[in-house]
Amino acid sequence: MALRSTGLRRSFGALAAVDGVDLAVAPGARHALIGPNGAGKSTLFKLVTGTMRADAGTVELGDRDVTGLSEVARCRLGMSQTMQHASLFGSMTATETVALAVQRHDGSRITPWPRRQRAVRERAEELLAGVGLAGRGSTPVPSLSHGERKQLEVAVALACKPSLLLLDEPAAGMSAAERARLVEVLAELPADITLLIVEHDLDLVFSVADAVTVLHLGRVLLSGTPDEVRASEDVREAYLGAKRREELFLG
Amino acid sequence: MTAVQTRIPVADAPAEPNRLRRGLPRIVAVAVVLVLAAAPLFLAPFATTTLTRIVVFALFAVSLDLLVGITGLPSLGHAAYFGAGAYAAGWVSINVTAEAPVPLLVGAATGAVAAALTGWITVRTGGVFFLMLTLAIGETVQQLANTWEDATGGANGLTGVPSVRLAGEPLVNAGYLYWYVLAIGVVGFALVWLVARSPWGAALRGIRDNEPRMRALGYPTAVYKYAVFVLAGSVAGVAGSLLVAQQRLVTPADLSFLTSSFALLAVVIGGAGSLWGACLGAAVVVLVRETLGASLDGHGPLVLGLVFVLVVYLLPRGAAGLRWPRRDKGRST
Amino acid sequence: MLVSVLNGFAIGFLLFILAVGLSLVFGMMDVLNLAHGALFLGGAYLGAALAGSWGGFLAALAVAAVAGLAAGALLSLMTEPLRNRSHLDQALLTLGVAFVAAEALIIVFGDDPLSVPAPPGLDGSVTVLGATYPTYRLVLIGVGAVLAIVVHVVVERTRIGALVRATVADREMVAALGVDNRLVKVVVFGVGSLLATTAGVLGGPIYGARPGLDATVLILALVVVVIGGLGSVRGALLGALIIGQVDTLGRLLLPELASFVLFAALALVLVLRPQGILGGAGARAR
Ligand SMILES: Nc1ncnc2c1ncn2[C@@H]1O[C@H](COP(=O)(O)OP(=O)(O)OP(=O)(O)O)[C@@H](O)[C@H]1O
Ligand SMILES: [Mg+2]
Repeated sequence: MALRSTGLRRSFGALAAVDGVDLAVAPGARHALIGPNGAGKSTLFKLVTGTMRADAGTVELGDRDVTGLSEVARCRLGMSQTMQHASLFGSMTATETVALAVQRHDGSRITPWPRRQRAVRERAEELLAGVGLAGRGSTPVPSLSHGERKQLEVAVALACKPSLLLLDEPAAGMSAAERARLVEVLAELPADITLLIVEHDLDLVFSVADAVTVLHLGRVLLSGTPDEVRASEDVREAYLGAKRREELFLG
Repeated sequence: MTAVQTRIPVADAPAEPNRLRRGLPRIVAVAVVLVLAAAPLFLAPFATTTLTRIVVFALFAVSLDLLVGITGLPSLGHAAYFGAGAYAAGWVSINVTAEAPVPLLVGAATGAVAAALTGWITVRTGGVFFLMLTLAIGETVQQLANTWEDATGGANGLTGVPSVRLAGEPLVNAGYLYWYVLAIGVVGFALVWLVARSPWGAALRGIRDNEPRMRALGYPTAVYKYAVFVLAGSVAGVAGSLLVAQQRLVTPADLSFLTSSFALLAVVIGGAGSLWGACLGAAVVVLVRETLGASLDGHGPLVLGLVFVLVVYLLPRGAAGLRWPRRDKGRST
Repeated sequence: MLVSVLNGFAIGFLLFILAVGLSLVFGMMDVLNLAHGALFLGGAYLGAALAGSWGGFLAALAVAAVAGLAAGALLSLMTEPLRNRSHLDQALLTLGVAFVAAEALIIVFGDDPLSVPAPPGLDGSVTVLGATYPTYRLVLIGVGAVLAIVVHVVVERTRIGALVRATVADREMVAALGVDNRLVKVVVFGVGSLLATTAGVLGGPIYGARPGLDATVLILALVVVVIGGLGSVRGALLGALIIGQVDTLGRLLLPELASFVLFAALALVLVLRPQGILGGAGARAR
């Protein structure tokens, strides 16, 4: 398995946001994680990448137990993530942002004296062009639109040369065109990159995913092929249930 | 077709002003250094001494700007390393030798060691904890200077420090001393400037903007912060050794909270993160302190306090922020 | 030894009164108020000017309370526009205010250290378990304990206290709930400052009033707050009592290195429990 979690658990006070999650992602899979708002998807991501410490459970990357490793070490081993809420560098341009990730992962030395990093810059611009940000490289990040920032997030994540790429709602806030570009990017991903994606846009999910896990109230409700998930009564219930509750609140 | 071809040089044209714009700062920098170097030829000795003080303080402020402005580590106790370097350089000048590179190296090493000893705690924290800890460290070191009389001379300070010697000759003349200080100051500034422009410096700015994201990108941010903290302490120690070369005296006031605040003021006036801004700020602070010092009769902190309040409200990005429109919407801290 | 322990308690309770305001203001508003030490110094000078008789002492307390309340409210309004700026900007502002206030006090009262007499009747000493001990400090322990209980009850048992605690735990959440807590902020800032000036009057007979005292007590209060955990009343009490003991013991055993003992205690806590002894995860900055 490219990624395996066993019994992952994390609570915030009395709320068990992730409540004993076992997840197995096959190498090269296009694995989607779906579930209603507050299901614990983002929290699960953070536990997997080590951004947040788990209360219990283990995480394995490939055949290696990374539970005790820091976020930095896990990133070095090939985990790379985008954040649900784009969180970038306020004083940098798009190219500088991607270059920061590239220089860390392409084996170039991070010297404390200036050096011309032509390869780094070129790779950064290439990645930007790849996600649809060609020509936007010298734009300061705060001047990018919301959708563009999400694209930039993807470019940054790819710059880390991941073997396991975790995308948390990459399409949220993107325009239709940006969304289509994202689907293309995901389709063009090399086969040896394993993808784990959280997404609310089920059309997008079913167009890229070959495996789907449904999370509900911190637990795995169902794991299977897209068709199995589409057909499941439980899943409909979970989503519809959530809908109904929302209606209650709104009404 | 031909129209397109004749356009090719035109497309190249923007490179011209670009090269000019890139060259301009270099020309300005060289001109400034030349003017500074020539200054003692035209100035009275008293003014030369003031200029010496400005250079010393500017190097100190630049080392603080490396922490505050580049890395986003707001230190309230940076004078501890400045003072530690000054005491060590003074002590070695009195007891061992005042021959040129020795006090300098001792100051640098002491600043670095002091920063290495305290930094491993401070860089584990962030934001307001960092403020508190550096403040506490600064006060602790000052109390140490006050009580450890054998080495520091206690409240009276370390007196009777001999002049720095260069190749055996003591630098008594104000002009020679100034050149010595200026040379070291320029080298120190260049060092910090190069670090800030390097790939490593880019990582430091990344940490300033968004440390958690840097960790997610695989940067061990604590290591970076520790290293820059030690480097800043070391440069501050060099500035301290220049201070003692100029004053021939070190007192606990030199590593007090007030000194830290003056340096912070210089950084903030100049605009945190632009190293030349810190130098300008240092010049303003020293000049104001020297010219107003007498008329205020020891109430410098009153002015300092008022300036702090005004700068925070009126100049949120310092002098460096005056020229450019705001680009980002504040750093995440 | 007994004397040292008692001294530790006297200083500990004094520190609690001083630090709890700093802690709550930080916990609620994310503002590190570096003018807190200057408030204490203001109280101490008031005591020096007015104390000597019971009437004077009580008058000093009353004036200090009113002045502290007003100063706190003013500080709260001054920091409000900086809400979304960096910690450094807020620290610089309060630092500026601290400088101005401390210098103003020096201009008014001169820069010689002043001693503050304890109120008549409390300026003698009593025998406690065979050791003579200043009466005033014994009374201070009692007063401090009572004040600690009052603050604790207010924060833990009243509605406004609940709002304060909720804001400390999750600032955004309380704001998102639509509670307008600006008034609460002004009040907390005011009361925190009131406690600081009061501590200054109460501490006068121990520390006196002198330039530089503001920085000394500010550091002590910061150490207390960091050790106890930001925004926690119980943490502030625990931290204050620990620091009271550590500081007096350190001064007794290693007078040269007393300040290092303090710093070592701080470092130890930060390495072992970075969020402070009683600080929850939420109380940690970021
Ligand atoms: N840092 C935190 N502190 C307290 N509660 C949290 C924290 N992070 C998440 N939660 C809670 O945990 C639960 C799961 O949150 P999470 O963000 O993982 O959900 P999600 O599935 O990603 O939802 P969404 O689809 O809205 O992004 C939610 O109820 C949320 O309020
Ligand atoms: Mg989420």
